[in-house]
Amino acid sequence: MKADPRGVLTGAHYLDGDHACAEGALAAGCRFFAGYPITPSTEVAERIAARFPECGGVFIQMEDELASSIAIIGAAWTGKKSMTVTSGPGFSLMQEHIGLAVMLETPCVLVNVQRGGPSTGLPTLPGQADMMQARWGSHGDYEIIALAPNSPQECFDFTIDCFNLSEKYRIPVLLMTDECVGHMTERVIIPQAEEIDLVERKYYHGDKSKYLPFKPDKDMIPPMVKAGDGYRFHVTGLTHDERGYPVMSWQCQEVLVRRLVEKIKNNADEIYRYEEENTDNADVVIVSYGISSRVASRAIDLARKQGVKVGFIRLIVVWPFPEKKIAELAAKTKALITVEMNYGQIALEVERCAHGKCKTLLVPHGGGWVHDPQDILAKIKEALQ
Amino acid sequence: MNPVDVSEIKKENIEYHPMEHLLRMDRIPHIWCPACGIGTAVTAFVSALEKAKPDLDKVSIVSGIGCTGRVAGYMKLDSFHTTHGRAIPFATGLKLANPDLKVVVFSGDGDLVAIGGNHLIHAARRNMDIVVICVNNFIYGMTGGQVGATTPETARCSTSPYGNFEPPFNLPLLMESCGASYVARWTALHIRRLTDSIVDAFNKRGFSFIEVIAPCSTLYARWNRLGSGLDIMKYYHEQSITRHNADPRDLKIDFQKPIIVGKFIDRERPTFIDAMNQRFSAVFGDRYTPYGVPAGPRSDEKEGVNA
Repeated sequence: MKADPRGVLTGAHYLDGDHACAEGALAAGCRFFAGYPITPSTEVAERIAARFPECGGVFIQMEDELASSIAIIGAAWTGKKSMTVTSGPGFSLMQEHIGLAVMLETPCVLVNVQRGGPSTGLPTLPGQADMMQARWGSHGDYEIIALAPNSPQECFDFTIDCFNLSEKYRIPVLLMTDECVGHMTERVIIPQAEEIDLVERKYYHGDKSKYLPFKPDKDMIPPMVKAGDGYRFHVTGLTHDERGYPVMSWQCQEVLVRRLVEKIKNNADEIYRYEEENTDNADVVIVSYGISSRVASRAIDLARKQGVKVGFIRLIVVWPFPEKKIAELAAKTKALITVEMNYGQIALEVERCAHGKCKTLLVPHGGGWVHDPQDILAKIKEALQ
Repeated sequence: MNPVDVSEIKKENIEYHPMEHLLRMDRIPHIWCPACGIGTAVTAFVSALEKAKPDLDKVSIVSGIGCTGRVAGYMKLDSFHTTHGRAIPFATGLKLANPDLKVVVFSGDGDLVAIGGNHLIHAARRNMDIVVICVNNFIYGMTGGQVGATTPETARCSTSPYGNFEPPFNLPLLMESCGASYVARWTALHIRRLTDSIVDAFNKRGFSFIEVIAPCSTLYARWNRLGSGLDIMKYYHEQSITRHNADPRDLKIDFQKPIIVGKFIDRERPTFIDAMNQRFSAVFGDRYTPYGVPAGPRSDEKEGVNA
């Protein structure tokens, strides 16, 4: 399926990451947006509010993030693609509805332009400390998909990817960007509508009386229907059977939650995305994502100039985590160094997957500014000692 | 009364309940206590659907959490059982994304007024075109009888064991001041009046709010020694005074005092979508295609007064 040209602003633009994200949503066919202002994400909502009237979309500024994050779930059940955008404190408020969207298997996209935390933290400055919250923030056990762009162009591209993954797997997908990427202005190329491939939602077309809203196909994903199409279906955040009816038993919990987890885990090979560079003969491999990956590139250049063999793996899809890839790298390098703007979140995953096969180090940063490449360089040298 | 042995009933003798086609009979028996007011509220709702005759395929019902939050699960409609307090913003998403839907929120006072109070007032302010049926039993039933934002002063609950000392919300006053298009209050025994109000709300464009005063036959009754659920239901009914168009400031509910019921507000205001279309048409002219405009005539967009 190709993009609706009404939403596609084809051409070369000079955009910040937030505006590029808004254009990505428009190009992906997002036609319902509910949001609440919060720095540094607000520009996404502003651009959507300005662009939607002429594209047939509905924008509503809700009373809070709780409302925004559930309004998009309601909208998704009419067949619309929907999105909300927030940052730190707002992301905390949205956690319950990330869980609801997982439980109701509702496609929707949530963008977190990360800032420094905890609490109100650093509203105008960057952070990458919500990465574990993205993975585990809602209560209960579940899998999630999260992408991390490192440029305005990727904010555009990855927002489209988020919608596609969300429609394919019937899951809320998170775009985990940050204040630097959100407010950085660069060239963004928006292609022609017919060059943008979109995933179409899988709908049920069989006998209405036989429709079971949560009966999965072989791919573990149930086909969806829209409210108003005459199926008279029920959905609930309670543990439910294939009919969508609540069933309070461990057996039903096992069937449902296992499927919710496995529909992502078993398809993870199709979901993983990373960029890998010179990892074959590397003594040290840097693991990074988002804005930190750009700073890491600078440190890698400096190290290579000094003759150090440094490899690089940049995570594009952070969740699900590329476990096999990290394990494979750990087996052939001396050290894995994680560069991220927190005190060790993805580094824990790297350590877990390395399983003691190599050294695992972290270049931490509390947020508020990007890393100094010299700190990364020093860690590379430390790893080789 | 002895329990009925179901196996003894011959199939040809089974009389079908006239409301079966609108209920999920495969989910009955329901979870509600005997003489709970939610049952009669649901009966009134089903009767109203039959009277108002909307296209049932286009009716969505949304509930939050709690005893009344289970209503959506028993209705044979597109039905959504959502999170605690957030039925209204879910309904807002549904309605705005598909304006052809008639969206009903059916939930309790704790869900809609306490944890969800912010959404309630904003939906009324926006005049979101949805129907909200709020079953007010003055207590949190599902969690075991705690005090709430609507509990009358001095009433006892598990977390107000010495009597409530917080003033409760006067819901019609709250809704009137926020801009609701239609506001009514009935007790769970005013079945005909309640049904008529739900029909009114179905035919109304704009935010409609109907408060249903209902007994919590198990918890509120026990904590306050009010007898059986039926006793309370009758008491509320007998002690209520019908006063249409009453001044909303006079509608506060005091513990075991007469309750003023009636239709208080019925006025015309542009809905969220009306106002959005009006604004964007003024700004963009022909470049804007009015969104979700129904086939029928547009409503009068004048700011109305209390009818």
